Amino acid sequence: MRRAVPVGIGFLQKITKNGAKNFRDRRSENSSGQLALNCSNPLIFGRGKIVLEVKNLSVSIGGRQILDDLDLTVRDGEVAALMGPNGSGKSTLSHVLAGRKDDTVETGEVLLNGESLLNLEPDARAAKGLFLAFQYPVEIPGVATLTFLKAALNAQRKQRGQEEFSTPDFMKRVKALAGKLKISQDMLKRALNAGFSGGEKKRMEILQMALLEPAFAILDETDSGLDIDALRVVADGVNALRSPARGFLIITHYQRVLDYVVPDIVHVMAQGRIVRSGGKELAVELEKSGYRDYVAEPAVA
Amino acid sequence: MNADIIPARTPAEISLARTFDAFKAGLPGNMDVTKWREASFKAFKVSGLPHRRIEAWHYTDLRALMRDALPLASFPGAATIDALRAEFAAARVPRQRIVLVDGFFVPELSDGLPEGLKVRSLASALTEGRPDLIALLSSHDLAARDPIVSLNAALMQDGVVIEVAPSTVIAEPINLVHATASPTPAAHFSRSALILGAGASLRLAESRHIANRAQPVGAGQANACLIVSLGDGAKLAHTAMATGTAPAGVRLESVMVRIGARAKFDSFALVAGIGLVRRQMFVRFEGAESEALLSGVSLLGGREHADTTLLVEHVAPGCVSRETFKYILDEEATGVFQGKIHVAPGAQKTDGKMLCKAMLLSDMAAMNNKPELEIFADDVACGHGATCGGLDIDQLFYLQTRGLPFAQAEALLLEAFAGELVDGIGHEGLIKAYRREVSAWLSARHGPTAAPSRGLIA
Repeated sequence: MRRAVPVGIGFLQKITKNGAKNFRDRRSENSSGQLALNCSNPLIFGRGKIVLEVKNLSVSIGGRQILDDLDLTVRDGEVAALMGPNGSGKSTLSHVLAGRKDDTVETGEVLLNGESLLNLEPDARAAKGLFLAFQYPVEIPGVATLTFLKAALNAQRKQRGQEEFSTPDFMKRVKALAGKLKISQDMLKRALNAGFSGGEKKRMEILQMALLEPAFAILDETDSGLDIDALRVVADGVNALRSPARGFLIITHYQRVLDYVVPDIVHVMAQGRIVRSGGKELAVELEKSGYRDYVAEPAVA
Repeated sequence: MNADIIPARTPAEISLARTFDAFKAGLPGNMDVTKWREASFKAFKVSGLPHRRIEAWHYTDLRALMRDALPLASFPGAATIDALRAEFAAARVPRQRIVLVDGFFVPELSDGLPEGLKVRSLASALTEGRPDLIALLSSHDLAARDPIVSLNAALMQDGVVIEVAPSTVIAEPINLVHATASPTPAAHFSRSALILGAGASLRLAESRHIANRAQPVGAGQANACLIVSLGDGAKLAHTAMATGTAPAGVRLESVMVRIGARAKFDSFALVAGIGLVRRQMFVRFEGAESEALLSGVSLLGGREHADTTLLVEHVAPGCVSRETFKYILDEEATGVFQGKIHVAPGAQKTDGKMLCKAMLLSDMAAMNNKPELEIFADDVACGHGATCGGLDIDQLFYLQTRGLPFAQAEALLLEAFAGELVDGIGHEGLIKAYRREVSAWLSARHGPTAAPSRGLIA
């Protein structure tokens, strides 16, 4: 395990030397993986600033209430796990945050770094630093993966008023990241997700996340359908991106992925709201006892 | 209402009859050709302009859509030809080319033609009246039984006859450039023929050039026939770019193909930016084990109307036909696809498939899809499919979550949709040229307020 809770003395000294206010300056160090992980521990740093704030969010789809007055806060540097039984509204939450149209927001507010998201188009949310790794990445036949990646990256940069990447610069970045995620050149030339295996699709999501460098990333059941090796590759990809300047919300059914990507906090969701929050040991407890305590008794016929 | 009543003649029909009477003495051809013209015009006169009560024209009511017939184009003058020569050089129109200006073959603009190719004007062929050539030029008409083909025979002014000697193989495309140069909108009737001897192989790339002096831009009426004859083992790859910026233009194209044994005909067409287009293809397999791949993309906006009507006749056994067409329809555009595969009793082991996919981007756009199979043999594999729909909202959402603004996401998906068929052309230079046309159409869709830069201001 990369992050052990009692932290060694030597490490604490290193932190003190860097100083907490240098958060962003140290992002470069995070690409090496190890240090970032430890920095994100709220026990050491106190709490980072809030990156995502969901307040009193109620959402319905086709007249059915899915999210019910939900509150959720994720801080910079924090990895929050969101667990809960089927139908509790986890995926809907991820879609609402990303800006899908078929969900009706009835009340509530969503803030990313203090800015309201709900009136923004999905592409504007992405440009502000939101990323959603899809549970089922969509196949786009006829659009070469590289073409898509470059279009996406440069569209975001353009929206932020940054200069677009030239093709050689872009290729350099993609190749470096693809290598780490065991994504072949051949796969980058193929149509996006078209005919990719489940594992390939999930690795492609992580590649996009690494390339787009979001401020806040939601991983919607990225672990589902992966074998142990693929899970490890994906988890390593996520861990490499952990940073004091980035928050994560990891939606999952299983504790297993949390052995690889250790969360700072675990939220349990049921019937459209967060019903319990705790440390990573909560995930272990859920794995043993299941969700029965959180599911409403079926009505007596 | 009784369908047998011949409706009152429309202004366009009256004007066409006047044109024929006034010009028939001056149109090229020997006595046999004159007789052929007379018979053709008589056939046209009986049917009139095709309308919705004629099955093959049900979705393209030309009688209602073509309000008037324009005067005939005249042979381009020396000044026009000089101007075009300069424009071709500036626009880098490829050298290996045959040029028709307002339907007239202009040898002075044609250039760089390779060995093994015999090129002459239709007018000279009609005047000379070589019986076998006249037979080849006219024999399709009867089979087509189409008023527009009849009208073409009656009024054909010129065109080009290309004969390719047996076993001639030409790798780089022969460009057939249709230039519009008439300073006032005019009607042109052209008929061209491409005859490939046994084992010959050629790529014919048809394109359009609108001269600077043509006013208003290309809003003429064109009725063009292309007659193709493929000898045994011959191969023809054909591309046609029917594009322009003529909301009032009318373009009627008939491609009539006869295929010998073990031959291959591959044809792709792009239709965009012309008011009313009807492309009809009559393909007949006369020899065994041949192949015909017909495909096309139509990009329509405004109140444009594009009709692709196909008749593929399997007479010989063991032939393969594929019809694959895609439409993107925006605003109030109308698309028509009629694909018919006919399998004659002896044409066993026929493999025929047709597919038409239409993407509707507006509630006001309409697509009429009519696949037809007529099978009189018992050992065949034939299939058809037709789809109409909008863009996949899950794909759009996915692309948007990655930062692509809606318009850009939409354009990317549409480009992929059309690009699939463009990529099948099989010639890198042509694929690039056609991809450029598709992108240009897609970026023009959203006009100068295109969304990609929206985020910068926000």
